[in-house]
Amino acid sequence: MIWLGIDTANTPLSVAIVKDGAILAEVNSSMAVNHSLRAMPVIEELFETVQLKPKDIDAIAVSEGPGSYTGVRIGVTIAKTLAWTLKKPLVGVSSLKVLAANALHFSGLICPLVDARRNHVYAGVYEYVDGNLVAIHEDRHLGIEELLDSLVPLGRSILFVGKDVGMHEALIMDKLNGNAVIAPFPMQLPRASSLIFIAQQSEHEENTHAFTPEYRRIAEAEANWLMQQRKEKGSGSKN
Amino acid sequence: MDKDIYILGIETSCDETAASVIKNGHEIISNVVASQIQSQQRFGGVVPEIASRHHVEQITLVIEEALAAAKLEPEDLDAVAVTEGPGLVGALLIGINAAKAFAFANGLPIIGVHHIAGHIYANQLMQPMEFPLLALIVSGGHTELVMMEKHGSFKLIGETRDDAAGEAYDKVARVLGLPYPGGPAIDKLALESDEAIEFPRAWLEADSYDFSFSGLKSAVINYKHNLEQKDGSIVPAHVAAGFQQSVIEVLTAKTLRAAKEFNVKQVIAAGGVAANKGLRASLDVVFEKEGIPFYVPPISLCTDNAAMIGAAGTAMFIDGKRGNMEMNGRPGMQLVSWIE
Ligand SMILES: [Zn+2]
Repeated sequence: MIWLGIDTANTPLSVAIVKDGAILAEVNSSMAVNHSLRAMPVIEELFETVQLKPKDIDAIAVSEGPGSYTGVRIGVTIAKTLAWTLKKPLVGVSSLKVLAANALHFSGLICPLVDARRNHVYAGVYEYVDGNLVAIHEDRHLGIEELLDSLVPLGRSILFVGKDVGMHEALIMDKLNGNAVIAPFPMQLPRASSLIFIAQQSEHEENTHAFTPEYRRIAEAEANWLMQQRKEKGSGSKN
Repeated sequence: MDKDIYILGIETSCDETAASVIKNGHEIISNVVASQIQSQQRFGGVVPEIASRHHVEQITLVIEEALAAAKLEPEDLDAVAVTEGPGLVGALLIGINAAKAFAFANGLPIIGVHHIAGHIYANQLMQPMEFPLLALIVSGGHTELVMMEKHGSFKLIGETRDDAAGEAYDKVARVLGLPYPGGPAIDKLALESDEAIEFPRAWLEADSYDFSFSGLKSAVINYKHNLEQKDGSIVPAHVAAGFQQSVIEVLTAKTLRAAKEFNVKQVIAAGGVAANKGLRASLDVVFEKEGIPFYVPPISLCTDNAAMIGAAGTAMFIDGKRGNMEMNGRPGMQLVSWIE
């Protein structure tokens, strides 16, 4: 069984080909380079490296978000197009769960975190239970303070994973002091091999066409529109 | 031609997700468009983030439908042509990455097409292009006059200095309380109106083929404002007719002057605003009088579609043009000749 894994959800890019539980090749980078420019050339190079043709793969795993809207869409578009035209199963995995998978066998809680600007983050809370990565809190877009406040009452040691953790380290240490552990740099980047590892334990998408990113946030224009609708409805009912 | 050429065209530069199969550059085998207009109408215009989200939802479905309607398999194709720019960058990226993945999976070459070259080549789907050719491109994003000496050769002789014609239509429609998109609504009102308010024409310098519509838009806004201050109110149909007359008169006159100066054998109109009935009728009349063949494709090929991308892509394919996996969306892409 040969898997192709693609993660372009945030600044890092990771692509891997895994055959029968072994990594044939994996490319990881964390450069501010446009994924639209880099993703397909890297995938093409990877197939050349392992001397395989696209039709040789049996399944595709992709990081479905949350993260950069454009980044997530590039990976998802490539993955769903490949899966559809090659007639192979597609598995979408949370980009945060992929990060959490860097910390398999850690006995405390795992908090994968990606900065979302304006003091907000995308974050989830996971725990490694009986060989499975289980979500304790679902992935959310929220203020960093709000996230940390929700972690304090858990009273457990928490490993923070992701290359953006450093940006918020002081606040994390301040709020959680003894319970916070910052993952070291080898665990900072999402790895497509980890993505495939999780995907192998997950159900594949029933309908490739219908597969879309998990933004975990509605578009700003949509939010404004909904607010406007609510206002109009509100004033309407008073009349 | 020894062997038939089949090209899959893909277009996602704005708010239409489209795919099409074109045979030999001029025959439409299939033409599928998923429009987002109902979703975008809520916002009174195209919101880039919403457009991109819709494209991801539709892209593989639309390509599958285009292939199914053509009764072709990927291996029957010769290449994939996709809009490389200009357009909304996030929207372009969906079509481009789907095209790259599809081309890679099926061992096909990929060709990046300029959106305006596509609009011009939509005419190739109706009748063969004859050169020298003058093209008037009018849409929500463009107002341009392009000269072509031969296939693949483009010379921009005039363009808008501010708003595109379609943009002016949308803005004036908003002023008149008409729905988005403004073009069809204003066109309809104008045709029904028995009176037209006199608005200025922006001729610019005597020898210029450039356009300007922001002054006209301001004139409409001022007219409404002045009336309202006197407790009057506008008659939308009269304003629509006056606005439309000003736009059409300038577009027609400049197109005619260029056609005569460059001694062209054919004049074509392209883009969403080319579907405007008033504009079409005006151009028909002057070029009939002048004895220069004038063509506008049917509405479905005037508005954004992938058949036009497949048509232009085929011309590029025949000339040996090929892209690669490094193709990126180019929101500000210039229209340049692919042949010297
Ligand atoms: Zn267009």
